[in-house]
Amino acid sequence: MQIAIGTRKGLWAAERSDGGWAVSQPLKHMAEFSSVAFVPRGDGERPRLVVGARSWFWGPSVLTSDDGGGTWSDPQAGAIAFPEDAGAALERVWTLEPDPYEAGVVWAGCEPHSLWRSSDGGESFTLNEALWDHPHRADWQPGAGGPAVHTIRPRADGSMLIAMSTGGVYRSEDKVGGWTPANRGIRVEFSPDEYPEYGQCVHRIAIDAIDQTRVFAQNHGGVYRSDDSGDSWQPIMEGLPADFGFVVLTHPSQAGTAWVVPISTDTMLPPSGQLRLWRTDDSGATWREVGSGLPDEFYGTVLRDAAHIAQIDGSTVIAFGTRNGSVYASVDEGETFEEVASRLPDVLSVRVGA
Amino acid sequence: MTIAVRLSRALAGEAGSPVDLVVDAGGGPVTLREVLTDVSRQAPAVGRRVRDETGAIRRHVNVFVDDEECRRLAGLETLVPPGAVVSIIGAVSGG
Repeated sequence: MQIAIGTRKGLWAAERSDGGWAVSQPLKHMAEFSSVAFVPRGDGERPRLVVGARSWFWGPSVLTSDDGGGTWSDPQAGAIAFPEDAGAALERVWTLEPDPYEAGVVWAGCEPHSLWRSSDGGESFTLNEALWDHPHRADWQPGAGGPAVHTIRPRADGSMLIAMSTGGVYRSEDKVGGWTPANRGIRVEFSPDEYPEYGQCVHRIAIDAIDQTRVFAQNHGGVYRSDDSGDSWQPIMEGLPADFGFVVLTHPSQAGTAWVVPISTDTMLPPSGQLRLWRTDDSGATWREVGSGLPDEFYGTVLRDAAHIAQIDGSTVIAFGTRNGSVYASVDEGETFEEVASRLPDVLSVRVGA
Repeated sequence: MTIAVRLSRALAGEAGSPVDLVVDAGGGPVTLREVLTDVSRQAPAVGRRVRDETGAIRRHVNVFVDDEECRRLAGLETLVPPGAVVSIIGAVSGG
């Protein structure tokens, strides 16, 4: 069991051994690592580590490693590059998402707003042209972090939901085209029209493990649930200590179960300085605080790509990192956490792997 | 006649390239754009680190023609004479 940790200034890994976590020396220096992913390979093979890097000088790259970060591949021409006629340049790879339903397929959500598909495990990517040419593009605006597709959720029926800031949720039935906004019911706070068709700043979405028409969203203000693949949304934030945040996770095998990490809009920090997760087991009807072992008097936030949940070796593991350089992990579904790392640069991306 | 292109060691290391490249200038001056296009052809891993997909020189990359940074000259349209040295160096930024 391992954790990949991408930060503003370098890449680390942590490995579970003897009931604790051992953090590596930096695997890479001199770049930010805004996205990391473990891509499954054959039985008995170590998963491929794919990372989205950005050098302050030399621009963005996607790197792959099949030996846990010992050696890296970086194609000469770059794994992600806009075609000349797009008139755009890649700024940052915000998220890397292996497709659980297509072996070897890895999706990338990027800035500027774009979606990319790799069929070779992250070595090369192709731009999704239907989304790039979408008639709504001119209306999508940058969130505070930039204009990006930041969440990618393939589903078993061959469809996919994505989320972008701003723009909101879009759905394609075939992961290729027909991108339809799926935001009805999600309120925006920054526009006279509070319920637009699109333009929301949805921070993260997560799909229910059992009923994939059920989707959870952590919005820029408000937590929501959809029971119809995003066609309509209902607020479910009652009972939470704050309705802002960047993270929503769903249980990998249990219906109606999700976690958020509330952030107070008064401080943009955990409410009362208490870093906690809140869990629902009834699709948002009720919430309870979890996270024994997480600190009080904590003044950092958790970014959207810096939290991950996965089932590894029979355990449901949650790991997340914070903007002030801490990483925590739980092997009991978030009930108790251990500190994996501290005093790292701000953590941008975290993934758990086998 | 040729133009010498000298990469900073940081750039050469990052791109897995030799520090020194040579561009054929033909019979006379060529634009800096043509020099960098030839660099991209010879060493794509260098080219994409110097200019983005739109062809613009990256913000924190400085490209000198002899001793002058190209933004103080005519940018990518700067004429580079045969025998000149083009130096590509990361800006004094970051931290």
